[in-house]
Amino acid sequence: MALAATSTVVAVGLVVWLVPKTSGWQNVRQAFFNWAVFRRTFGSIAKAFWFDVQIFLWSAPCIIAVGLLVAMARNIRNPALFPLRLLATLYTDIVRGVPVILWITMLGFGAPALLQTREWYGRFIIWGSVALVMTYSAYVAEVFRAGIESVHESQRAAARSLGLSAGQTMRSVVLPQAVRRVVPPLMNDLVSLQKDVALISILGPIEALRRADIWQDRLFSFTPFVAAAVLFLAVSIPTTRLTDYLLSRERRAMSGTVVR
Amino acid sequence: MITGTARLKLSLRGVVKEFGPNRVLDGIDLDVSAGSAVALIGASGSGKSTLLRCVNLLEQIDDGYIELDGVDISEPGRDPNPIRQRIGMVFQSFNLFPHMRVIDNITLAPRKLKPLARDVIVARAMELLDRLGLADKSGAYPDQLSGGQQQRVAIARSLAMDPQVMLLDEITSALDPELVGEVLDVVRDLRESGMTMVIATHEMAFAREIADAVHFLDAGRIVESGPPAQVLGEPREARTREFLARVVKAGRL
Repeated sequence: MALAATSTVVAVGLVVWLVPKTSGWQNVRQAFFNWAVFRRTFGSIAKAFWFDVQIFLWSAPCIIAVGLLVAMARNIRNPALFPLRLLATLYTDIVRGVPVILWITMLGFGAPALLQTREWYGRFIIWGSVALVMTYSAYVAEVFRAGIESVHESQRAAARSLGLSAGQTMRSVVLPQAVRRVVPPLMNDLVSLQKDVALISILGPIEALRRADIWQDRLFSFTPFVAAAVLFLAVSIPTTRLTDYLLSRERRAMSGTVVR
Repeated sequence: MITGTARLKLSLRGVVKEFGPNRVLDGIDLDVSAGSAVALIGASGSGKSTLLRCVNLLEQIDDGYIELDGVDISEPGRDPNPIRQRIGMVFQSFNLFPHMRVIDNITLAPRKLKPLARDVIVARAMELLDRLGLADKSGAYPDQLSGGQQQRVAIARSLAMDPQVMLLDEITSALDPELVGEVLDVVRDLRESGMTMVIATHEMAFAREIADAVHFLDAGRIVESGPPAQVLGEPREARTREFLARVVKAGRL
């Protein structure tokens, strides 16, 4: 513990001490870390960032639900349901193979143009979110599938030998273990989603990235982008740390001893 | 519990199981009367585990049939779940659910499958744990227990469904020698309570003590059957003698 703290202090100290001594530091500082610009723009970018957060908040649960369904469909063993399995495989293959930005453009501009309605389901934002849910659920489905397959066959045998059905075994025995194992890679995808939400800006709404862009045009400073970056970091770092903490706490509770 | 006349509980006729080109069970005939304990012995790969897995319908048989209380349970297309509820199985590697506390491991299946109130189920699980000497472990996770304790929990988990037959698949093979005794004590206790059991085991002394009949399997066939004193003491078949000689050499008899 003491060793870790000392080495960290030394490493950080070196960076803080050396970087300002480099030749271009003053220019970089003026363009990216201008405190006055930061203070002037941060508030409005933060307000626009709320839009990103909202999209994230409704997309993430949909992604997890769809991803889980697709993963389970890919694990179906009943031969009669093979078409479902095939469909799920095609879904992940096709959706994952196309760039996110292409899906957002296609659906975000395409679907409203086809629907021609002023109802909520004709809005760009809705279809932009649908594009995000589609692509990310395909990635997340693979993460869940890996988790499901990592649960040893003997666990299923034990559950089935008690008389539990395939569905009950999946729900009570396989999924709880699978999901615990894939939380870190799942967080990886969610952090990535949280950033890709900014891609929706190509559809027109003024979210954090677009707002920072507007400020940059007006003030000729890159600092607004740094302000937007700070906002994204302010969400992603605490969530990752929190899940890490919760996971390790649970692991300690379940095992008793931890090998260093 | 019905005792007395040898009422057939479990009956296998001509059971064949193939994995690809391998014939793992090659025409097994086996009768287990109610309340009796039958031991299966034989080298690894002789088909003991596969036999038990077939009885529990974890494997589908390729020929022959299996009857439980005179009803063919091996018919293709029959719902296996109600049948498995009547047949408990304990595995060599315990297979406890690592994400659940001991009490939840035991109550999971009854909670999902039995029409009883939750507190009744929990109370009965606590009784079982008490009987197996694990009353203070109900809140522990499997990883926090010794192998012997884990295997006793696995037995309790099976018993919680009130099975009529217990299949024990080398349940002491993964245990340190000093932990074998506590698990065998539980099996003795079950035997005294009149549970019908099919026991695949490498513990010859235990088989001799507890079993009504011993069956020696070799290459998917039952080569020799009889009372333990005969099969283990004066084996008639050459292959049985060879196997037992190897076991004696390994110091397991």
